[in-house]
This record gives sequence, structure tokens and C-alpha cells, in this order.
Amino acid sequence: MEGHTLSGGFGDGPVQTAVAFREIMEAMARPGTIRAVEGATPPAPISVAAGVVILTLCDADTPIHLAGAYDCKPLREWIAFHTGAPVVAPDGAAFALGRWSDLALDNYPIGTPEYPDRSATMIVESDRLKPEGASLRGPGIKTEVALNLPERAFFQANCARYPLGLDFIFTSGAQMAALPRSSKVR
Amino acid sequence: MTEYTFAYLDEQTKRMIRRAILKGLAIPGYQVPFASREMPMPYGWGTGGVQVSAAVLVPCDVLKVIDQGADDTTNAVSIRRFFEKTAGVAVTQDTQAATVIQTRHRIPEAALREGQVLVYQVPIPEPLRFLEPSEVETRKMHSLEDYGLMHVKLYEDISRHGAIATAYAYPVKVEGRYVMDPSPIPKFDNPKLDMAAIQLFGAGREQRIYALPPYTKVVSLDFDDFPFEASKPDHPCGLCGAQDSYLDELIVDDDGTRMFMCSDTDFCAKRREGGS
Repeated sequence: MEGHTLSGGFGDGPVQTAVAFREIMEAMARPGTIRAVEGATPPAPISVAAGVVILTLCDADTPIHLAGAYDCKPLREWIAFHTGAPVVAPDGAAFALGRWSDLALDNYPIGTPEYPDRSATMIVESDRLKPEGASLRGPGIKTEVALNLPERAFFQANCARYPLGLDFIFTSGAQMAALPRSSKVR
Repeated sequence: MTEYTFAYLDEQTKRMIRRAILKGLAIPGYQVPFASREMPMPYGWGTGGVQVSAAVLVPCDVLKVIDQGADDTTNAVSIRRFFEKTAGVAVTQDTQAATVIQTRHRIPEAALREGQVLVYQVPIPEPLRFLEPSEVETRKMHSLEDYGLMHVKLYEDISRHGAIATAYAYPVKVEGRYVMDPSPIPKFDNPKLDMAAIQLFGAGREQRIYALPPYTKVVSLDFDDFPFEASKPDHPCGLCGAQDSYLDELIVDDDGTRMFMCSDTDFCAKRREGGS
């Protein structure tokens, strides 16, 4: 266990997670809006925003899948120390963290018809979040909003199986944006 | 120890509630099960709403609590004091100044804006519960989008009373998918469910959380020949004279004199201060 495993968490957990959650909630309630979070300094390669999301939402009850380069010892130890979340294969994950190309999106729980909430939330690390590119419509969006998504076809298919599906949180540096399954992507 | 952790609930409970809120926002109108905790108040006093409020509050929030529109009733005052004490947040009676509003059975008259959060206290979250007592069955009905029974209920209203007699907790369909109980708000408030603020619904005893993101399409169920009507008592407010606000009928003296007055006390007080 290295020194950085123990550092990088919230200094004032109850207040910092409350502030972070409010931003995450606003992001999920208003798909495509880009918001800023702060407070975590997780080890490389993970971004500040992804670190904040994990500290705010994950604990021993939420198995997490680490994809690609994110499945590394420093990150496993950091998540274990700060949240206690078990690292698992995609089919048992409540959260997943990785880059778009590494996530292998077919294998995650998408919920059941009776319990569509039993689905994974994907934390997708991105290079930059910009309000351009794919256009989104649906709940939480007054008319239309733009966000640079990694692709469109997958999100259209994800929305087509509504109310089942995956929910996405895109992170880049200290910025984040969300895309729930309810958003219609064009 | 004399101090509470921020907003009373322990961190693991808040994380669990927060995850449920996010799934609720991702699937508008769907009831997410959550492990409701015992709160220091009885069921029926807003234990669900209080848990949701505790999970969303931040220290800089300004909290307003209303009970049937009124800021000054026992339930509203005690919940406001609870969060003053356990979260240290500022409180207000002003709808515009509030960032989080916890409500029992009303939507404020003033339009809410982006950045505000409206938290409802919900007694029975399942709109089909009085038609089908089994949770297994109602879950199946939601999953199959089998809402015929609800239309039969509204039709029976019409055949018995000549009109849809449901006056509160009037069922709505969310984004063309889930039928949802908007909590026992008067049906006068149903058109306001389509708003700019985030709406969160918490049912403590029944252990359900559901949500409406801003600008979600919410349609009150009706028939082509019996369209939905947002009705209210056909009177002006006896205090401020408002024609367009929801009214309570109160007995104001020992002789049984009745008076209609705004149920939203902040709305009514502001109009009277404004000199109308």
C-alpha cells in the first residue's frame, strides 16, 4: 500500500459529498449540461470528477468494474480504502469506470422489467466535454441540448429499450455531464 | 456528543438514498425501492420527504417547508426546525428565495425556477394500490404498461357521478410510460407538475423514491369526451382576492361563518403586502 492510497479523499465527507451529489443530481436531471465538481485527488489515471463521483456514490454495497487501464493496483487500492467497493466483472457491476473504447457495453446489468433501476451506471472518462455534436432531447431538457458523445448509435439503442438501459456519467478533469437512458440522441 | 452529522442521516444511508434518486431521475415516474430508515418522527409526518431532503441538502441551501400550502403548521414548523438544527441551513417562507422546498400535498402557486428542488412527502406511492393490493401484481402491471384498470376506475367515476370525481392524487402518465401518483396534491396542481425545478418524491413507510426531472412531460389521465379539468372552489380568496389560487374553506368564528382563503400562505401574504 502506497502513501497516495490513503490520501486524495474528502477532508469533510458529509459536507463535500452533499455538495458533490447536488452537482451530480443536477447533471442527471438536466442531461447534457456540463458541471464542475471538486474535492478528490485520486491516483492516475482517473480524473478528479470520476474520483468525486466514486467517493460520493460508491460503497461496499456497490460492486464496481474497472475497465482497461483503470484496472490497476493504485486505483484498486484507492477505491478499496476510500469506499470499500468490491471490484467485479461487468455482469455484476453497479458502477463501471473506464474509457469508452474499453467498456465493452454489452455485458452490464440493464435492469429487469419489474426493477429497471437494477442497472449499472457507467462513468466514462473523456478527453473533453463540449456542448456540441450529438443533440439530446427528453426529460430534463427544455428543448434541445448538445454534448460531444463518443458515438450515437449505442445511445439510440440504449434509449430504444427504455425503461431498461444504462445511465452514463461522462467525466473529464473536474468536469462532468450525465446522459440517462431516457434521453433521445440524434 | 452534542452535534449531529450534517443533515442527520449517516453517510451510507445518504449514499443509498442518493443512488435511488439518480435512478429515479433516469427513469421518470418509476418507483425506486430504497431502505427507508426510522426517523425521529412518526410515519405519516413526512419521513420519506425528510430522508430525501437530508440527502440533497447542502450547507448553503435555503429551506422552505409547507404543509398543504401553509408555512406555519405543526408539521412544517417541526421539519423546518429539524433541518435548522441538524443541517444548519437557512430557512425561509418565501417561495422564490428557497432552494429546497419540502411539501406536503401542495405545489406552491408561484412558478418554480431552475436550480430549485421540490421534495414531496408521499403516503402511498403506488397509484394502482387501491385497485390491486398485491405489490407483485402492480409491479407486473407497470412493467407491462398495463394501466387499463386505472382507466376503468376513472370511467366508473364518470358512470356514477357524471364526471371524474377524483379530486386529489389524480393519476398522471409520465413521458408516455409510467403512471404515477403525484402524491395527494389537489388536481388543481397537476398542470404545474411540468416545471423547471427538480421534483423528488419520498415515501418513507412504503420505502419508495421517485422523481421528475425538469420539463418532463406529465399528462393527467382523462378521456377525449371527459377531458381533465384542474378544478378549484369557485370563489375568490377572502383575504387577498386572488381568483386563480387554490383555496381552503375554513370556519372562522363560533357561528359557523365560512371563508375561502388561499392555501398557499406565502402567496396570499405577498399579495396582501402588495396592496391588492
